[in-house]
Amino acid sequence: MRAPFAAVLALVAMPAVAQDGLSGPDAFAGVSDQSQRSVALFEEMGKVLTHPRCLNCHPVKGGPTQGDDMHPHSPPVVRGDADFGAAGMTCNTCHGDKNIRLTGHGSIPGHEPWMLAPVSMGWAGVGLAEICAQIKDPERNGGKSLEDLFEHNAHDGLVGWGWDPGEGRTPAPGSQELFGALTRAWIDTGAVCPG
Amino acid sequence: MTSFRVNGRDHDLDIDPDTPLLWVLRDELHLTGTKFGCGIAQCGACTVMLDGMPRRACVTPISMVEGREVTTIEGMEGPETEAVRAAWTAIDVPQCGWCQSGQIMSAVALLQAVSAPSDEDIDNAMAGNVCRCATYIRIRQAIHDAAKVLEG
Repeated sequence: MRAPFAAVLALVAMPAVAQDGLSGPDAFAGVSDQSQRSVALFEEMGKVLTHPRCLNCHPVKGGPTQGDDMHPHSPPVVRGDADFGAAGMTCNTCHGDKNIRLTGHGSIPGHEPWMLAPVSMGWAGVGLAEICAQIKDPERNGGKSLEDLFEHNAHDGLVGWGWDPGEGRTPAPGSQELFGALTRAWIDTGAVCPG
Repeated sequence: MTSFRVNGRDHDLDIDPDTPLLWVLRDELHLTGTKFGCGIAQCGACTVMLDGMPRRACVTPISMVEGREVTTIEGMEGPETEAVRAAWTAIDVPQCGWCQSGQIMSAVALLQAVSAPSDEDIDNAMAGNVCRCATYIRIRQAIHDAAKVLEG
């Protein structure tokens, strides 16, 4: 009876360990040094943070990109004063409160709200160490504490869109639940950034 | 049932909630000034105002306009609209005309937000409105002309 029980246990535990290329906190339990474990947890979070679903609307300069290959947005759009496009053609000229399937194939993404991340939160082409420093800095993260950051990563709807991006887009790896669990474990181990 | 207002008139329509607003306007309400161009929000021909903001009707399911106000080219009025209409006519902006109702919606929205737009403002606002006759130079000129009239 022992072997089947162990097999069942392993099956139940598996989703928490790895989902579609994203490992859960348990996968890093073997890293004995807490700081090193924290860095490893953030690097795992980085698989989400640097995924095109996130980076496309976190440009460092200019407007958004789109697609898994992160090509320039079509039609051409600019950031605008409110990170919401140009006067006369704001993001909600085309994007609605949910993904809309197009006639034929593909979809136009949507969520309420739908807008660019502020310039201070630009990640495209930026290394993980700098992304980590920005994420922890209330001056550049929208005034968030680490607990706010956990809440944001674990439950924010626009973050969650990354795993429900509509037809024609690859979802971010894992799930928002797993991303939230990684964020929790990263914070609980000291929220250490990669060097 | 979807209830919404178009050009000041209330409508209650029993229609598939996924039906694009564009088809409702053209086929149900016979407001054919709003054009089909691409169907994927890439050309701007189907632009209408939704609660006063430009919106591509081809990617707007009718369920999204529940309780909201739609204005099409047929219902546009006000100083910016009048200035744009006069400027468009004065220098004969349209060639084939297919895209022009969408162009005018975006031009009016720009002038409502920016009273004296620069060339860059115009290019940014109008970048989603494609014209196969390439009337872009006249469109830009007409927007400047309309702005001058509005400025008084």
